[in-house]
Amino acid sequence: MSADTIQEARRQIEICNACRYCEGYCAVFPAMTRQKAFADGDITQLANLCHNCRGCYYACQYTEPHEFALNLPKALAEVRQDSWQDFAWPPQFGKAFHTSGVAITVLIVLCFSLLFALSRMVMPVGGEGFYATLSHSMMVAIFMPAFLLPLGSLAISLRRYWHHVNGGRLTMTAVKAAFVDAGRMKNLSGGHGEGCNFEDEDRFTKLRKIGHQLTMWGFLLCFAATSSGTILHYGFDIKAPYSLISLPKLFGVTGGIMLTLGTAKLAWLKTKADRNLGDTRVWGGEMASVLLLCAVAVTGLGLYAATGSPLVPALLAIHLGTVLAFFLLMPFSKMAHGFYRLTALIADKTR
Amino acid sequence: MMNEPDLVIVGGGNAALCAAITAAEAGARVLILEGAPKEYRGGNSRHTRNFRCMHDGPLSVLTGSYGEDEYYDDLLRVTKGNTDEKLARMAIRGSQDSQPWMEAHGVRFQPSLSGTLSLSRTNAFFLGGGKALVNAYYRTAESLGVQVLYDAPVTHLELEHDKITRVDYTYQGDDLSLSPRAVVVASGGFQGNIERLVAAWGPEAENFLIRGTPYNRGDVLFDLLDQGVQSIGDPTQCHAVAIDGRAPKFDGGIVTRLDCVPFSVVVNKHAKRFYNEGEDVWPKRYAIWGRLVAAQDDQVAYSIIDSKSKDLFMPSVFPPITADSIGELAMKLGLDADALINTVSDFNAACQPGEFHPTDLDGVATDALDPPKTNWARPIKDGPFYAYELRPGVTFTYLGFKVDETAQVQGPNGAIRNLWAAGETMAGSILGQGYLAGFGMTIGTVFGRIAGREAADYVR
Repeated sequence: MSADTIQEARRQIEICNACRYCEGYCAVFPAMTRQKAFADGDITQLANLCHNCRGCYYACQYTEPHEFALNLPKALAEVRQDSWQDFAWPPQFGKAFHTSGVAITVLIVLCFSLLFALSRMVMPVGGEGFYATLSHSMMVAIFMPAFLLPLGSLAISLRRYWHHVNGGRLTMTAVKAAFVDAGRMKNLSGGHGEGCNFEDEDRFTKLRKIGHQLTMWGFLLCFAATSSGTILHYGFDIKAPYSLISLPKLFGVTGGIMLTLGTAKLAWLKTKADRNLGDTRVWGGEMASVLLLCAVAVTGLGLYAATGSPLVPALLAIHLGTVLAFFLLMPFSKMAHGFYRLTALIADKTR
Repeated sequence: MMNEPDLVIVGGGNAALCAAITAAEAGARVLILEGAPKEYRGGNSRHTRNFRCMHDGPLSVLTGSYGEDEYYDDLLRVTKGNTDEKLARMAIRGSQDSQPWMEAHGVRFQPSLSGTLSLSRTNAFFLGGGKALVNAYYRTAESLGVQVLYDAPVTHLELEHDKITRVDYTYQGDDLSLSPRAVVVASGGFQGNIERLVAAWGPEAENFLIRGTPYNRGDVLFDLLDQGVQSIGDPTQCHAVAIDGRAPKFDGGIVTRLDCVPFSVVVNKHAKRFYNEGEDVWPKRYAIWGRLVAAQDDQVAYSIIDSKSKDLFMPSVFPPITADSIGELAMKLGLDADALINTVSDFNAACQPGEFHPTDLDGVATDALDPPKTNWARPIKDGPFYAYELRPGVTFTYLGFKVDETAQVQGPNGAIRNLWAAGETMAGSILGQGYLAGFGMTIGTVFGRIAGREAADYVR
C-alpha cells in the first residue's frame, strides 16, 4: 500500500472527523466517527465504502484554496485504487490494466483474434445457430476457465482485504443489509434521495445512480440469461438458439438494452465530471472498462439482431471476444470495484 | 450582465440569498454583489451547521415542540435581556414557517449530528452543513434569474436625504457604479478587518484568530455609519470563544474548537491558573473562554489534561502536545517548568475524592484553591500528559444597523426609503450579547426574507 496516499487520506479524515458536517451523505462518515485514530486498514475500509458521490467535496468548507486543501473523494479514490492493485492476485496484473486503457484494448484485440482464429480453424461439424460457428464444447472449454479463474483470483483478493481491514464476524444479517444497500445503491442517493454531485458540480441529480443501476441490473440480467441457458442446456436438454419467449432471450435482451443504456450514460457522465475528484491515474482504464462493458452489450444485441445473416460468424467472434476480455479483466480493472464495495459494506455492517 | 437591476444585494451569504430569492420570486431584477471569490462565497454561512427553529409540534427533522416562549426565554438567558423583544419575537415566530420555505428552496435537513444530541429538539441541521445550504440557494437564485458577481466588493453607498442613490463597487479591477431603485445590505460584521478590531477592542485584538470569513470587513457598515445611519450593538464587542491556538488566522471554522477545558487545568503563559475550568457544562461556558484568554498576557493559554481525560471530548483537528512528565510538557510549551509543576501539584493536592461524571455537574471540586475548580476536578497525574494551546477565536461582531420591523435601515432623520438590512449586519438589535446556537441563521433567514419582500414591494 502506498504510504503517501494512505497518509494523505489520514490527514484529511482527521479533519473530517473533527467537523462531521457530512455525516448524512453516505456510509463513510458514520463509519469514521467510530474511532479517533485511524490504522491503515481503517483508511482502506473507508476508501472502499466511498462511492465517489462527491457530495462531501462540494459541501466542504475546507477545499482549496483553503490551506487544509481537502479533497476527500480524490484521496479515498487513490487509496481504494492502491488497495485493489495491492490485493490483486497474481500481483503482476494488478497495475497494468487499472491504469492503462491501452493495455485493456490490447487484451481485447488479442481475445478477438483468438476467437476469430478458433472459429476459422476449428470449424464445428453440424451445430445450429452460432454453434455452427463455434461448437458448444469449444465455448465451454474457453469460458469455463475464463470465468472461474478470475472469480478465484477475486476470492483471494477479498480474503486479503477482509484480513487487512479487520472485518468482524460474518453474519447473515450483515450480508443481507449490505446486499440491500448495494441493490438500492443507497450510497449514491445523497442521503436525501436526490442523487449525487457528479456531472454538474454541486447540482444533485439521479443520472449517475440511474446509469449505474441500469448497468448493474442489466449486467445481472445478462448473467441470468447465460445461467438460464446453461440450465436449459444441461438440465432440460433444450439447446440454443432460443425463441424470444424464453428465459435466456427475455433476460438477455432486456439486460442487454439496460446495460447498453447504462454504460453509455456512465461513460458520457464521466466526460462531464471533474476528473480531479477521482483518481486521475486510472481515468483511462476506468473509461476503457465502461466502454468494454458497453461493447459486450451492444455486440450481444447485434448478434441477436443478425440471426440467420452471414454476419453471424464475425459478430460472434467479436461478442465472445469482448466477453472473454471482460471476464479476464474482472479482477484487474474497475470491474473489481463491485466486489470490493460489497465486501466493504458487509465489513461495515459487522462493526 | 443585465441592464440596471431593480435591486442590488450587498453580500452573498444566507441572509443575502434569502433576500435575493424572495425578491426575484416577487418579480424584481436582482443583482448580488459578493465581495468574496466564488470558492469562498457565502460569508460565515459556509461555516454554519444548523437553524434554531420554533415548532409547535414535530416538524421535519425536529422532535417534540419548541414554543415561542421557551425560545424567547433561551434568548433572554444568553443576552441577559439585551434584545429588542419585538424583533426577537418576529425572528422566533418567523423561524417556524421559514423551515418549510428553506426546504422548498433547496435546503436539505438531517437529524442532529453525533455529539450534538442536546440540540435535536431545538435545531434543524443542514445536510452537508452551511456550504451545502449556500450552494443550494445559489442554484435556486440563479434559476430565478438572479445575477451574481463574485470578487465584487461594494465600497460606498451614496446616501442623499432619505434614499440611497448610488452603489459603488469594484469588479475585475474596475471601479464601477450602479443606481438601483433599492438596496439590501447583508454583508455581515467587521471581524475580518483586524485594524478595525484593534480600534474597537484594543491592541490585544492583533492576536485574535478569526473563525470565519476574512471578507466580512465592515466596509459598507462603516461607510453608512459615517453618513449618519443609526447603529445598534456595542461597537467594541465581539463574540469570541477559545479555540485551538494553531488554527489558521481566518476560516478555521468548526474543526478548531476545543472541548477539553472542563477536564483540564488551564494556565496562562506564566503557568498560572486564572479561572474555574469546571464552572458549568461546556456548552454553557465555552463562549466566556474567548474573553478570558483574551485578557491574559499575549492572549494565549494552555489547557492541560492527563491520559484519563484524553477520550472524553470530540477530537480537535490538531494533535495535542504530548509529554511523559509535566516538566517536559512545560518545556515543549515554552513555559517555566517549575512554575507549571507547582501549579499542577497545588491543584492535585486540592482535589477531593468524589464520583466523576463527565457529562453532568458532578461536584467533584477542589478545596481551598484559588481560583477553585468546582466540577470534574481530578488530579492531573497519569501520564502521558497532553496540552492544547488556546487563543481567542472571533465568531462575529455586535455592531450593526438599527432596523425596524420591516428590516428597513434607519437614517439620521428616520427610515431610509430604499435601504434594508438583514443577517449579521443587523443582528445586534436582537442578539445584543452572548450567542444562541443556530440563531444567527434564524435571524438571517427571517429578516432576509422580510428585506427581500419589502424591497421587491418598493421597486414594483
